[in-house]
Amino acid sequence: MRLTFRVNGRQQQADDVWEGESLLYVLRERLGLPGSKNACEQGECGSCTVRLDGLLVCSCLVAAGQAQGRDVVTVEGLASQAKKRADGRSGGADGRTGKAGTDLQPLSPIQQAFIDAGAVQCGFCTPGMLVAADELLERNASPTDADIREALSGNLCRCTGYQTILAAVRLAAARGTADTAGTADTAGTGG
Amino acid sequence: MTTMEHTLGASIARLESRAKVTGTARYAAEYVTDDALYAWPVPAGIARGEITAVHTEAAMTDPAVVVVLTHQNAPRLHPVEDRTLTLLQSSHIAHRGQYIALAVATSLEAARSAAGAVLVQYKADHHDVVLAEDHPGLYMPEEIDGLWPGTREHGDFDTVYATAEIRTDAVYTTPPMHNHPMEPHAATALWDGDALTVYDSNQGSVTVQHTLAQLFGIDAGQVRVVSEHVGGGFGSKGTARPHVVLAAMAARVVGRPVKLAVPRNHMPAVVGHRAPTIQRIRIGAGRDGCIQALAHEVVTCTSMVGRFVEAAALPSRVMYIAPNSRTAHRVTRLDIPAPSWMRAPGECPGMFALESAIDELAYVCGIDPVELRIRNDPQVEPDSGLPFSSRHLTECLREGARRFGWHERDPSPGTRYEGRLLIGSGVAASMYPVVILPSRAEVRADPDGHYWVRVNATDIGTGARTVLAQIAADALTAPLGYVHISIGSTDLPEAPLAGGSSGTASWGWAVHNACVRLRGLIEHSGGSVPAGGLSVSADTTEDVKSGQEYARCAFGAQFAEVQVDTDTAEVRLRRLTGVFAAGRILNARTARSQFIGGMTMGLSMALMEGSTMDPEFGDYAERDFASYHVAVCADVPAIEAHWIDEEDPHLNPMHSKGIGEIGIVGTAAAVANAVHHATGVRVRTLPIRPDTLLPHFA
Repeated sequence: MRLTFRVNGRQQQADDVWEGESLLYVLRERLGLPGSKNACEQGECGSCTVRLDGLLVCSCLVAAGQAQGRDVVTVEGLASQAKKRADGRSGGADGRTGKAGTDLQPLSPIQQAFIDAGAVQCGFCTPGMLVAADELLERNASPTDADIREALSGNLCRCTGYQTILAAVRLAAARGTADTAGTADTAGTGG
Repeated sequence: MTTMEHTLGASIARLESRAKVTGTARYAAEYVTDDALYAWPVPAGIARGEITAVHTEAAMTDPAVVVVLTHQNAPRLHPVEDRTLTLLQSSHIAHRGQYIALAVATSLEAARSAAGAVLVQYKADHHDVVLAEDHPGLYMPEEIDGLWPGTREHGDFDTVYATAEIRTDAVYTTPPMHNHPMEPHAATALWDGDALTVYDSNQGSVTVQHTLAQLFGIDAGQVRVVSEHVGGGFGSKGTARPHVVLAAMAARVVGRPVKLAVPRNHMPAVVGHRAPTIQRIRIGAGRDGCIQALAHEVVTCTSMVGRFVEAAALPSRVMYIAPNSRTAHRVTRLDIPAPSWMRAPGECPGMFALESAIDELAYVCGIDPVELRIRNDPQVEPDSGLPFSSRHLTECLREGARRFGWHERDPSPGTRYEGRLLIGSGVAASMYPVVILPSRAEVRADPDGHYWVRVNATDIGTGARTVLAQIAADALTAPLGYVHISIGSTDLPEAPLAGGSSGTASWGWAVHNACVRLRGLIEHSGGSVPAGGLSVSADTTEDVKSGQEYARCAFGAQFAEVQVDTDTAEVRLRRLTGVFAAGRILNARTARSQFIGGMTMGLSMALMEGSTMDPEFGDYAERDFASYHVAVCADVPAIEAHWIDEEDPHLNPMHSKGIGEIGIVGTAAAVANAVHHATGVRVRTLPIRPDTLLPHFA
C-alpha cells in the first residue's frame, strides 16, 4: 500500500508498504527516523514508544496500515512539539544559543531535564521514556512520584535504576510551563 | 590557558546526552548504507545432534529473499578460540538456539518470514542440560578463565570446622540470569574488496576486530569496527558475538551491506548468560563471631562450546579473616547455551551466598551483622596475604548504618507488623576487584587552544566519553569545552574493553599520561602551541604493572528495608542505601547513576530475575520481557548511593577504582537478609518470589 501520514508535523509518504509491517519499521527503515528503538518487538519494553493521534503507543505493535492518515510524534519531534505548545501559549519562543557559538535547536523541557538530571545512560530506552514522560506531563503538570512511576513502568531501563529518570520528570514538572522549549544550554556545563 | 580546577570529580552532564535525547545518536543497526539488506537468523530446534537436511526452497520463493545461508553454502571460516563464533560451519548442534542458518532479504519482514520457512531435519541425540549437585560430569577446574586457581586451601578447614563452637552449613542457589541490555546485539557489515567495516554493538571493538580478521583470514588492519553508541552490555558484549560474524559473512556473500539485530527472544541462547550456581558455605566460628574456618564450595555448569566458569567462590578469598579455608569450584559441561560474563561475574552470585551465610552466622551468634562483619575485617587479603592498597569496608558499614538508621533496629525476626505487612531490614557487603589493562591514547593540541583526544574506549552507557574528557581537561588544565574526545572506533589508538569495571582506569591512565606530557611540551615551547600543532601518544603497557604488590578492591555496604505481604507473600523493597569506597570518584553524577543502576539490577536479581532450563527442550523458558522480569520504575523505591572519600595512591594517576559492577554485588543478600528479618524465613534460593515464601505463611 501507499502509506500517507503525518510524522512530527510533516506529511510523509511511503510506497510499497506491506500493511502488516510495524509502524516502528516504517519510521526506522523507510523514513530514516531511527530514534524510536527496537528492543523487544512485542510491546514489553517501551523503547519504541510514540504518539499516535496523541495516544501513547508501542510503535512495534501498530501495523503500518493503522497509521494511514494519522498523526505520529516521535522523539525526533519532541522539541518542535514542545516549541509549538510554548508558542501557542506565549506567541513565540526564543531559542537560545548553545556552547561554543554553535547554534543548537532548542530542546523540549523534558529533554533538557533528562540531560540536567543525568537521566541518560546508554540512551536506548531514552527516546521511548521521553515520549512517555512528555505525554505524562501534558496531561498532569504536577505528577506525584507514584504517578511518574506508574506512567513510566511500561518503559524498561537497564542502566539507571530509574532514580535519575524520576528526578528528570520532577525537574521538568517543577520548571513548569514558564520554562519552555527555549532552554538550549547543553552538555559540558551542567552542575 | 584558563585553569579549571575542579573538572575531575565534578558533576558534569554526559557529553553525548543531547544526541541521545534527540534520537540522533546512531547505534549499530542505524547507520544509513545504500542498498542494505536485512538478515534474520534461524535457531536450532534441538539441543544436541546433527542436521540431516536443510530445505531452503520455500524460503527462497519470495523474490525479496536474496540468499539463505546454511552450513552447506556458507563461506568457510578460520578457527578461533571462541567456538560459538565458527557459525554455519558444520551440521553439528551443540545447544538449542544455536544459529544454523541465516535468511537475507531486502526487507526485515521478508528476512524474518524466510527464516521461518527454512525447513531443517535433525538427528537428535540425547541431551543433558540440567545442573545438579551430584551431576556425574562435575570436575574441578585447575584454573578458571585462565586467571584464578579453581581451588584454594589454607590451614586445615576440616579439623577446625569440626571442633568450632559455632557451625553453620547451608546451600544457596542462584538461577540462570540474562544480561538483557536494552539494545539487542546488532551489526551492520559492509565489505570493500577484502576490507571489512562493521558498525557493531560491543563493549570493546579491538577484540571484535581481531576476531573477525582471524575468522575471515584477513589482516586486522583490514577490519574497521565502529561502536560509537552502545545500548548497554552488562558483559554480554564483551567479545564478538554471533550476530557480527553472521552479518559480515552475509555481506561478503551478497556483496552488499547487511544489517542484523538479534531478536530479543534469541538472546538467552546466543549472547551469553549468567550460569546457575549451587553454593555450599560452611563457617566455623567462636561465640564471639570470629571466623576460624570457612568453606565456600561452588557447583556450576558451562557449555560444550565454551569454557567460561562462574567463579563464585572468589569473594571468600577476599572478604573475611579465615585462617582455615577452602574455596573450590566444580563445573560440568552441559548441552546448554554458552554462559559468559554478566555484571560482576563470580562476585555477584558468590556474594549472595557468602553475605547470606554471614547473616546466618550473626543470628546464630546473637551478634549484630554489621558488628560481626567488622570483627572479621582482615588487615591483609586472606588468600594472598598481600596488604590492601586501601580497604574501607568497616567505614562503609558504619556510614551506611548511620544513614540507614540501622541502630534503631530490633534484631528479632518476624515481629514487626504494619497491618498485614511484615517489615524487616538487612545488610550485606559489596566488593569488586580493581582491574587495569594496558591502553593507548593520543592527544593533539591546536594553536587555537583546542585539544583533540583519541582513544578507542567504548561508552556502553557508563559516561566514558565524559569522564575521559574530564581526565584530559584536568591533566591539561584546560577548560572542558576545549577538549574534544573521539572514542568508539578501531581507527583510534588501541584500548581495552569496557568490562571488569576496568575501562575508566585503563583508558583514563593513557589519556592522563598523554595529556600530562603534552602539557609539558607546551610549557617547554614557551606556553604556546606552534602553528603545526603538537601531539603526544601514550601507551600504559609498563605503567599498569605497578601496584601488583597490593590486593586492590573496591568495597561497599548495602542496607535494605523490605515489606512482605503475609497474604500474598509478595516482597517489596521499601528503601535501599549503599555506601561505597571506590577510590576517587571522578564524576559524581555519572558515578551515582552507575552505583544505583547496579543496585537496582541487584534488587531485580533478588526478587525477579531468573530463568528455567527446560529439561525436555534444552532451552531457557523465559526468553522475553513478558516472562523474564526485570525491575521497572514502579518496582524501585528510593535508592541512595553514597561514597566515602578514599585516598589510594596505588591505583592509577586518577586514584580511581572501577564502579560499574560493585553496585550489583551484595544487593541480593541484603534483600534476602531483610526478608529473613521481616518474616523469620531464610530464603537461600533466588529469586524470592511469592511462590517461594507463601508456603511458610500457611
